[in-house]
Amino acid sequence: MDNKDIFYVREQMLPEQAPPATQSGIVKWMRDNLFSSWFNSLLTLVAIYFVIKIVTGAFPWFANGVWVSNSLAECREILQGKTGGCFAVLTERWHQLLFGFKYPDDQYWRPTLAFILLFVAVSPVLFIALPRKMLIFTGLYPFLAFWLIWGGTILIPVLVLVGFIVGYIIFTRLEAQSFAMAALGGIIGAAVIWALSGFVTSAASGVLALEAVPSRDMGGFMLNMILGVVCVSLSLPIGILLALGRQSSMPIIKWICVVFIEFIRGVPLITLLFVANVVLAYFLPPGTNFDLILRVIIMITMFSSAYIAEVIRGGLAALPTGQYEAADSLGLDYTQATRLIIMPQALKISIPGIVNVAVGLFKDTTLVSVISMFDLVGMIRGPILASTEWNGVYWELWLFAVFLFFVICYGISQYSQWLERQLHRGHH
Amino acid sequence: MSEQAQQMSVSDEVAIEITNMNKWYGAFHVLRDINLTVNRGERIVIAGPSGSGKSTLIRCINALEEHQKGQITVDGTVLSSDIKNIDKIRSEVGMCFQHFNLFPHLTILENCTLAPIWVRKTPRKEAEETAMHFLEKVKIPDQANKYPGQLSGGQQQRVAIARSLCMRPRIMLFDEPTSALDPEMIKEVLDTMVELAEEGMTMLCVTHEMGFARQVANRVIFMDAGQIVEQNEPEEFFNNPQSERTKLFLSQILGH
Repeated sequence: MDNKDIFYVREQMLPEQAPPATQSGIVKWMRDNLFSSWFNSLLTLVAIYFVIKIVTGAFPWFANGVWVSNSLAECREILQGKTGGCFAVLTERWHQLLFGFKYPDDQYWRPTLAFILLFVAVSPVLFIALPRKMLIFTGLYPFLAFWLIWGGTILIPVLVLVGFIVGYIIFTRLEAQSFAMAALGGIIGAAVIWALSGFVTSAASGVLALEAVPSRDMGGFMLNMILGVVCVSLSLPIGILLALGRQSSMPIIKWICVVFIEFIRGVPLITLLFVANVVLAYFLPPGTNFDLILRVIIMITMFSSAYIAEVIRGGLAALPTGQYEAADSLGLDYTQATRLIIMPQALKISIPGIVNVAVGLFKDTTLVSVISMFDLVGMIRGPILASTEWNGVYWELWLFAVFLFFVICYGISQYSQWLERQLHRGHH
Repeated sequence: MSEQAQQMSVSDEVAIEITNMNKWYGAFHVLRDINLTVNRGERIVIAGPSGSGKSTLIRCINALEEHQKGQITVDGTVLSSDIKNIDKIRSEVGMCFQHFNLFPHLTILENCTLAPIWVRKTPRKEAEETAMHFLEKVKIPDQANKYPGQLSGGQQQRVAIARSLCMRPRIMLFDEPTSALDPEMIKEVLDTMVELAEEGMTMLCVTHEMGFARQVANRVIFMDAGQIVEQNEPEEFFNNPQSERTKLFLSQILGH
């Protein structure tokens, strides 16, 4: 073979050129995604037709919407046969939708303030970049929020808090000797404080007192928020303990956890709520008034903590045994290894599953409407749609409910995706 | 090289004593009547075919595996099932694993300071200084703020060694530290281990690196079917093996 045939050397480097118009920008995108074959082109055209139909149909409904009126009949008068939504129901019943129909009118600022402070309390938990000192406020928030929403003397939440602090101090003092003894001592210490505080609060019920609002007067979206926030924040730690308990080498603890998780997961939430509403009263001594919201919180928390426990168990199972061995070989004890090595990794793996449960739980709080509690759904179904003024305004009300839940759930979902990206520790 | 090995001092003080130790996995008898005394400063290489129980043996020493019969004494402490006792021994005995087992959610520096801070209750600043000292020793101080996933295998294993050293252990166990590494990276890890040996660390090392055994070990133990078949000084062990099983093993791993 002649060498001259294969010899080649480039004399001049080629300059960079823009790709042809059909291969870049919007033209390429449309060709790839909308018109890649005759069938896809057909689907695109059909989809465009429906989008146009929906938008042109819905637009006048929004645009002509009536925002001020006192009843559906009045709405129709204003519209005079034109297409238009009667959003006046939202403005007229705004407070009922948010707070229920029994919460005292002049006290709406209290749950509103509690709602605003919720963001301050939650932010240091959600965003690690914020100063850690803010966690002090997070710790105090449940007591503050209880005082704001339920009212009564501030001494009640303060003394409950004191009980927790006393219990904790006793626990840390005794912890070095024996964990079980310390836990027992802590619980007894807290219980003593709480028992004594009953006398104090009844004697001094006027100290910094807000108007007391009983649980049965709570309603609207506020009730969904209370149940959602309390149950999510309780079921996560309980779920972690259940998941660890299920892996425990101590047979009694293991079996208690297994039985609890399997039983709760095998039962529909709605039956648990009926139990909370009706049956639980039979087991309590006569005359005790066990708060309904508290009963519902216990049931929903039990339900979702069983699910979270299983999600976290999945995360624990995904950790290589080498992580346990490395922690052991460095001399870390069980609590340290779990807290510093195992849980941070297992929780990170479990984020999508935990968020799934949390979002589901938040939406499930609307189930309380079937045990005649007036949450957002209960308010719409009951007092608002049953009223003579607003009977028949379905779309506007349900779309509003959908919108509220969607905003919160989508927010939770977006946060979790952001968190996953934050925690990603890249492989090179 | 063996001259160098001779120079490294071996004291008469006993670091580990294993007497009549037996272990079963269910009905399977993995370790049978193991008797082994390790003096302070000794560097022991444990070799043998896979499944011979060599990893299990060193994992029994820091109680990652539980033995059912016999006695293990580490630094004068008899290993029992008491958790406090086990944690004490584990904090004195460092261990390196085949797959490094660094904590992927912590930086290199945090990996190294975690145990000193939580187990030894060392102040953070002091723990970080110690960690940097040992990271310099294994020649990767510049990676201190990276995460394990961003490092090469060889670097990860050197971090794992540094992490163990930060606890100032009196004994180091190595469980096939180079088996998961590319040939290029094996050398950097072995160099670190040689350096450690030269400083007089008591080492038990399960490895197939026979060059390393010749260079630093003062004793090679050959195991098969859960038993110690032969042990000798490296020179004698490689040049003049006694048992048929050892000869076969050596011919297979040195033959190519």
